[in-house]
Parts: sequence; structure tokens; C-alpha cells
Amino acid sequence: MTAPTAAGCAAPDQAAPLPASLDLEKETVITGLVRAESGESVPGAYVRLLDSTGEFTAEVVTSPAGQFRFFAAPGSWTLRALSRHGNGDTAVTADRGINEVTVTVNA
Amino acid sequence: MSRDTALVSAEWAEKNIDAPGVVFVEVDEDTSAYDTGHLAGAVKLDWKTDLQDPVRRDFVNKSQFEALLSERGIGNDDTVILYGGNNNWFAAYAYWYFKLYGHRDVKLLDGGRKKWELDARPLVTDQVQRPRTEYVAQEPDSSIRAFRDEVVAAIGTKNLVDVRSPDEYAGRLLAPAHLPQEQAQRAGHVPTAISVPWSKAANEDGTFKSDDELRRIYADAGLDDGKETIAYCRIGERSSHTWFVLQELLGHRDVKNYDGSWTEYGSLVGVPVALGDEPGEA
Repeated sequence: MTAPTAAGCAAPDQAAPLPASLDLEKETVITGLVRAESGESVPGAYVRLLDSTGEFTAEVVTSPAGQFRFFAAPGSWTLRALSRHGNGDTAVTADRGINEVTVTVNA
Repeated sequence: MSRDTALVSAEWAEKNIDAPGVVFVEVDEDTSAYDTGHLAGAVKLDWKTDLQDPVRRDFVNKSQFEALLSERGIGNDDTVILYGGNNNWFAAYAYWYFKLYGHRDVKLLDGGRKKWELDARPLVTDQVQRPRTEYVAQEPDSSIRAFRDEVVAAIGTKNLVDVRSPDEYAGRLLAPAHLPQEQAQRAGHVPTAISVPWSKAANEDGTFKSDDELRRIYADAGLDDGKETIAYCRIGERSSHTWFVLQELLGHRDVKNYDGSWTEYGSLVGVPVALGDEPGEA
């Protein structure tokens, strides 16, 4: 298996290294951690990427270390996390390359 | 079809987890979630290795489907409850296969894995082995599957529903935003297709919205009840979710899923493509 661009639409492993074939001059990667209020990372959280109008664009489940990753486009986005520990939102203005974001959830 | 016959709630599923004649089936593209925990007694189907032909770009044929279900211990008379991750996309795709091959009693678990996990309902890691059956499938029901020529002919005449995200529809993105964007096909949508992202039909926890809300969403988007409908996305699983809503929950007739979807259409030579947020002209 090469890049996670195979036929399917399921999200790749959120903790895997970025594929070597990925061109960061072209891709806008939004990545980071979901944390609880205590600061602990939250595995198994559902992270939704919402566009500038609040419309759903994509969703992934965080890795055992609480990581998530999206491939978007430059612009304004909202990350919304749902978990058993509660929910949380973070706004992000993304540029090409890697954009790191933390989403904190609370009940 | 209606919500009562096509859908079960998480409460119902938890109560009926051991009920005789009920088989829970988890369907995903990446089945690693199943291995870390699944509904008690549930068998798994891998969307890629179990449900796709290993050579041609097509899904499993009648005899492959029969062999698969027999091996997993699913009988013709079983009530099959499908669920999975990704807001039930792949479970909805499997539901469409089960209908295509004439399974009598198949339902989706409302909210799939997400609702189940957020509710903190029990998951187990036991190995599940059901006794083998002799499954007999019906001939494929072509009334629910659209092919590319039919989609081209539907431009300006039938309802075409593009269920991808608004940015994929407009041509600003080529794939859902959890995947890298380098793809072979052209960007855009089938001219005259309306944009109704699959996610409009689902609540945040993955459950389906109420029938009234669903009816309003498609009416407001300009879906004409009196016409046949073809739904598509990128590879046909998000559009299975919308096919399920229109035909199985709302009871529309003549709804087809175009499983070739944008990875096929966007690679065809000579077909019309529309860019931007408007449906475009026929």
C-alpha cells in the first residue's frame, strides 16, 4: 500500500507519518491534539472539520495519543471535537504547509 | 420502506444483542476498529477485501456474495443489522448491496459506531465464529444502481444529487479533507446536479435527522419528487447514505446510487463538467 489515496474514503491512521509523496508546497495540513481540560490527550474523539459557513467537510477519530489530521485548503475552518469527556470547538486560519491546532473538550 | 423497517436504535440493539435470528455486522474500510472492540457477537465485513472484486473495478458478484455470507454464517432468514464507523457510510454501502442481492430483512444501526461509543455502550474483543450457512442471493436488482451512461443521460432531465462536501462539489477540493488532495480526475460536478452534502441528513452523533427535517432539506435543495433520482459522491459510499435516506427512510421511488461516482465521472473523456457553487446548465 502506498499513499492513503486508494479507492476508499475512510480516514488513514491518524498517527502515521505523513506520506513521503506528500507535497507540502501544495497541501494544507491541519493537524494537532484533542485534550481534556486536565491537559490529558483524548484518544477515540471524533474530530469534525467545518468550513467557513459551518458546513461539515470531514471527520476523523483521534489516534491512541489523541492526534488528528486533515488535508484541507487555505482559509478559515472550525474544528469540532466530540468525545465521552465532552465537546469543544477551535477556529483555525490555515495556510499551505502544516497548521498545528489543539482542541480542548469539556463537559 | 420507512424508518420502522430500515433502522434500529442503539437502545434496541443493546437489548437485542443476543436475540435469535439477529446478526450484527460491522462494515468498514479500515477494520482495525473492529479488532479493538465491537458489538458482542458481531461479525465483520471489510469493505475493500470482502466487498470489492480483487481485479476488476466492480463489487463482488452474486456467487462471491453468496460465498462471503455463507462463510460469515449469515443466513437468508436472518435479520441483519449493519453498523460501522465514518457515520455508517460503509454500512450504508453494504445495506445497498444486501438490497441489491435481495436480502429480505436488513437494517442500519442508527448512529453506527460513533453513537455507540459516545454513549459508552459495551464493546468486546472476542473472536466471533458463526456456523457456516448456504446463502442464496437473488439476481442483482439493477433498479437501484446507476452506470455512467445513465448519469450522462440524466443531465438536465433527472434529479442528480451530489452528496460530497460543498468544496468538492465546487471543484475546490478533489477528495474529502481527511485525504491528500492529489487525484487523477478533474474537479467539479455533473452539470445540473444539486449539492446536498450527505452530512445534512445526519446529526452530529451520526444518527439520522427526523423525517420532517429530511423532507425539508431535499425540498429546499430543489429535489423534484416526481422525477427519478441518481445520487453520487466520490466512490459511492457517501451516496449510499443518501440513497438510504431517500429510498429507505423517506420512501422515494426510483432512486439509484451511482457507485462509479466522481472517481469515474471525473476521469471520463468528453463528458461535461460544471465548476463552482451553482448546478450549471445542461
